[in-house]
Amino acid sequence: MGYTLNFDAVWRSFDRLLAGLGLSLMLAIVAIAIGCVIGLVVAFALRSPSGLLRRPAGLYVTVIRNTPILVLVLFTYFALPQLGVRLDKINSFIATLAIYSGAYLAEVFRAGLIAVPPGLREAGLAIGLTEMQIRTSITLPVMLRNVLPALSSTFISLFKDTSLAAAIAVPELTFEARKINVETFRVVETWIVASCLYVATCTVLAALMRRIERRLAILR
Amino acid sequence: MTKLLEIRDLHKRYGATEVLKGVDCDMAKGDVVCVIGSSGSGKTTMLRCINMLEEFQGGTIRINDEEIGYETVGGMRRRKREREIARQRLLTGMAFQQFNLFPHLTALDNVTLGLIKVKKLSRAEARTIAERWLERVGLLARKDHYPGQLSGGQQQRVAIARAIAMNPLLMLFDEVTSALDPELVNEVLQVIKDLARDGMSMLIVTHEMRFAYEVANRVIFMNQGRIGEEGDPREMFVTPKTERLAEFLKTSTFR
Repeated sequence: MGYTLNFDAVWRSFDRLLAGLGLSLMLAIVAIAIGCVIGLVVAFALRSPSGLLRRPAGLYVTVIRNTPILVLVLFTYFALPQLGVRLDKINSFIATLAIYSGAYLAEVFRAGLIAVPPGLREAGLAIGLTEMQIRTSITLPVMLRNVLPALSSTFISLFKDTSLAAAIAVPELTFEARKINVETFRVVETWIVASCLYVATCTVLAALMRRIERRLAILR
Repeated sequence: MTKLLEIRDLHKRYGATEVLKGVDCDMAKGDVVCVIGSSGSGKTTMLRCINMLEEFQGGTIRINDEEIGYETVGGMRRRKREREIARQRLLTGMAFQQFNLFPHLTALDNVTLGLIKVKKLSRAEARTIAERWLERVGLLARKDHYPGQLSGGQQQRVAIARAIAMNPLLMLFDEVTSALDPELVNEVLQVIKDLARDGMSMLIVTHEMRFAYEVANRVIFMNQGRIGEEGDPREMFVTPKTERLAEFLKTSTFR
């Protein structure tokens, strides 16, 4: 095996990898932000006494979680236009990741809601709060603190899923790496550098989440 | 004089199980009533009907002559609107067996939350009231502590302050010392005694017989979903009229 590592070609294109990483982060942040809103609404719907809310929410979570994300990406980009929904590459991927993360986050939030003692709601009712005030002032903040550790790994997972946008030629990190690979033939070097960028980003993300966790921890 | 609390023929079922089988109870302003009885007798359920934490299927509850929870429209009994029930819950305050403090808020913020969100007071006004009540329960120095940093007895005192700060007409206590270590029981009972001395109207479900004897001007003994016996604790505890109560008192500890 006479492969000699030579990173020169990769370094010359490094700014393109960074630009790709920037786009990856943008995709993740926008999609996860939307996904969090979807996840919260769906999580409360899943816990609702009304089947009218619970059943569609359950169906959404089941369908999305049991479909590979690559299939969802391809479906949204290639199949939806046939049905009259036309989105550009980036918006199509953001929509897909948002819907996909919504289902996973809904499950995370639902588990967090189960862990909120029912007595807190009763204490809220007893001082005259409405159900909606209890949700926003008590249930939600307590639940979020419960799920922060689980949320951290879900976020990291979802960030890495942005690499699937390469399948529809969104110029994010993986797509740029593949292009550089093809142009320079520095296969090993390109993918080593790309992997390092993913690892570094996820490490920073995890550290950030741990900080938030520590700051918001419920003291026991 | 209108009664503070008037319960008439209260019926409550969980599915096929009837837990309250026609309970009547009256309280005047300033009354301190203790409810005793073995577990499953319906004491806690009755208390929770008064602030609509439980629905009930029959009978009426009135506070200051205002019907709680239900209204009759065209001969049909129906639950009042949530907003109306939320307003009626302000007539009472409740302290729970498990304290139920909001774990993400400091002692002070636990007390101010309702004042700000429900009574719409400014942060400063709410703070003044909350600090006054935390001082009354002896915890002003701990106002910035979170519930997890307080002992059970301290948590329960904050919970009582949280309820009373809302200025209710009637305080409901639901076995507030049952979850406490024995050495923490007295500090909580002392707070309740102080409130009684100030003339607070209170309905207290308790297993503390000595406390009931000392603080109550009337005791209700509940038995299998009905009121078994009621009266002055000094008479009831010494010469119970029913065999059930005699039995119950024999198995209770007076500490």
